[in-house]
Amino acid sequence: MKNPYVPAPVKLVRHVVETDDNLIHSFTFQFLKEEDEKAFVYRPGQFAEVCVFGKGESPFGMASSPTEPGILKFSVARVGVVTSALHEMPEGSILGVRGPLGNSYPLEEFKGKNLVIIGGGFAFTTLRSLTTYILHPDNRGDFGELTVIYGARNPGLLLYKDELAGWEKRSDINLICTIDAPADGWQKKVGFVPAVTKEVAPSSADAYAVVCGPPVMIRFTIPVLEELGFPPERIILSLENRMKCGIGMCGRCNVGNKFVCKDGPVFSKAQLNKLPPEY
Amino acid sequence: MLLLNKDQITSWLNKLIPAYQVFAPVKEGDYFCFQQIRSGEQAVLNYTNSRIPPKEILFPRSEKLFCYRCETGGVQLTEQVDESKKVVVGVRPCDAKSFLLLDKVFNGDQYVDPYYLTRRNNTVLVGLGCNQPAATCFCTSLSGGPFSAEGLDLLFVDIGDQYLVEVVTERGKELLSGMELPVAGQEAQEAARAVKESAVCSTLVDLGGLKYRLDVNFDDPIWALLAEKCLGCAACTYTCPTCHCFDIVDEAAGKEGCRIRNWDACMFPLFTLHGSGHNPRPTGKERFRQRIMHKFKYFVDNYGTIACVGCGRCILSCPVNLDIRQVIEQISQAGGDQQ
Ligand SMILES: Cc1cc2nc3c(=O)[nH]c(=O)nc-3n(C[C@H](O)[C@H](O)[C@H](O)COP(=O)(O)OP(=O)(O)OC[C@H]3O[C@@H](n4cnc5c(N)ncnc54)[C@H](O)[C@@H]3O)c2cc1C
Ligand code: SF4
Ligand code: SF4
Ligand code: FES
Repeated sequence: MKNPYVPAPVKLVRHVVETDDNLIHSFTFQFLKEEDEKAFVYRPGQFAEVCVFGKGESPFGMASSPTEPGILKFSVARVGVVTSALHEMPEGSILGVRGPLGNSYPLEEFKGKNLVIIGGGFAFTTLRSLTTYILHPDNRGDFGELTVIYGARNPGLLLYKDELAGWEKRSDINLICTIDAPADGWQKKVGFVPAVTKEVAPSSADAYAVVCGPPVMIRFTIPVLEELGFPPERIILSLENRMKCGIGMCGRCNVGNKFVCKDGPVFSKAQLNKLPPEY
Repeated sequence: MLLLNKDQITSWLNKLIPAYQVFAPVKEGDYFCFQQIRSGEQAVLNYTNSRIPPKEILFPRSEKLFCYRCETGGVQLTEQVDESKKVVVGVRPCDAKSFLLLDKVFNGDQYVDPYYLTRRNNTVLVGLGCNQPAATCFCTSLSGGPFSAEGLDLLFVDIGDQYLVEVVTERGKELLSGMELPVAGQEAQEAARAVKESAVCSTLVDLGGLKYRLDVNFDDPIWALLAEKCLGCAACTYTCPTCHCFDIVDEAAGKEGCRIRNWDACMFPLFTLHGSGHNPRPTGKERFRQRIMHKFKYFVDNYGTIACVGCGRCILSCPVNLDIRQVIEQISQAGGDQQ
């Protein structure tokens, strides 16, 4: 009987401060045991329970992509007990990871389609995973045009700044970064994500939209997408209810008759329309 | 069907105790609870039902999942799966059925809970039919009954000085090996039939229309009304044989510690509070609705059966007398304006 509660030991190999406000740190882990690494086969959009021994565990979406073998990366905002403990961990520390958990972005459905990836704030984590996955030479040909719209309050709060700079130079991705209000030295777009989405007006023809961000951003972005002609089946969202077990047993994360941990966290707007708004 | 004299119970249990952890109803103050017994005399079988369901034998209120010791460059993990063999004696039919419901949660297609399932596989359930259902019992409304053998290995029917023993499974039969019990004759069988006939649950709850209502009444004003009285104390969920919600926490000192799971409840505001401060179920209304929806709609959607066995414990334990039977009726009768 495989025990789904027991974490695999991992080593923290890189701990970086991701944002200027010091609230988001990124953590890169390596498995201590080869068999654990082999067993951890994941897809963009899935998450894992990361534990700081002695403090507890918390769910985080994988920010790394399966195309980056040997490592797992998470970007974590400091909000409470476990996340604060994580932020204190020096490189070399031993932590635990159990997963992968949850479903993933529907990559099969995405095949051959154009993709519009829209992210706000630090919810860009699994979107980084997805974008990195699509941009990998082995996969890029499977997908159509790729548009990424990513907003943060100010330039210092954007995650993965180096990578964004790299993506900007590529011709096989159209990256649009925006910040809420003008800032010194910022020459790109200014404005909230929904407004910028409206302005960029990505075509809904043969396209899927994937949206992750704070609730307000999602609330105002969806009508824009609907106006652009995206049907609810092709608007993909990821939920973040409070979780403990991650395997549909502790009864904590349900939205109606679905468990966000097991049946999600990725749902289409069409699926969510059939569920009560308890998220 | 076999016959067991009541005065044989003690010696039978004493015979089982060396081979199994034996649990039986025991009197504690003014109520009964299931406890591991060291001697057959401790078992009290003329009881109504335990305050806390025998669920806690397979799914304890608090249990260690594993313990760990952090070392330089690694961590030692020790799983704490309980593999001991157990017998639970005196299980009421409603509680036996609750294990079948918990099985659906803990023995899923995708994931299996090794703590519950290992105990479950190693536990033999000896039932005791209910000659006198309590005023709060309504198992018959939920396709159960005071003498239902569903989920049990043996069922005892009290016919006076003797128990008529219905052997339900091979495992049950094994428990009686060496006892040389006589086969129940015509007279005993007659007596059992009479006992069963006279045992009636006084309330019948009409569940016929409930699911149809719950499918459409998420926004019905009835929820605010029903939740008005509720204190959110979670006594109902703690005493429920089908509730399975839990929390997972670490308890540690220095480099050593354990990961522990504790019963938790959807009636508590912290249960769903996000790290950001947002709470999808911010008030008692949403939480009360969740409890009812989970048992009578979501569980039905996911597993094809209602997650209530009619044991009546929530009715007995609620400090403000919220009666689930009335709640069900009120919901069934409310509205009609939504479809
Ligand atoms: C599928 C999924 C994916 C996720 N992905 C990510 C991700 O990629 N990155 C990310 O950062 N987050 C992510 N989250 C959210 C993350 O899981 C939570 O932020 C995290 O679990 C919070 O854990 P904690 O122990 O730090 O907070 P808790 O300690 O549980 O804190 C909960 C709340 O209590 C407050 N609190 C805690 N301790 C105290 C105290 N001592 N005194 C007063 N108040 C206190 C906190 O401020 C907070 O508001 C994800 C969640 C899900 C469900
Ligand atoms: S509900 Fe009452 S009568 Fe029915 S099985 Fe349970 S204890 Fe016995
Ligand atoms: S026992 Fe009664 S008051 Fe307490 S949470 Fe349950 S319904 Fe509410
Ligand atoms: S996190 Fe336990 S049921 Fe989803």
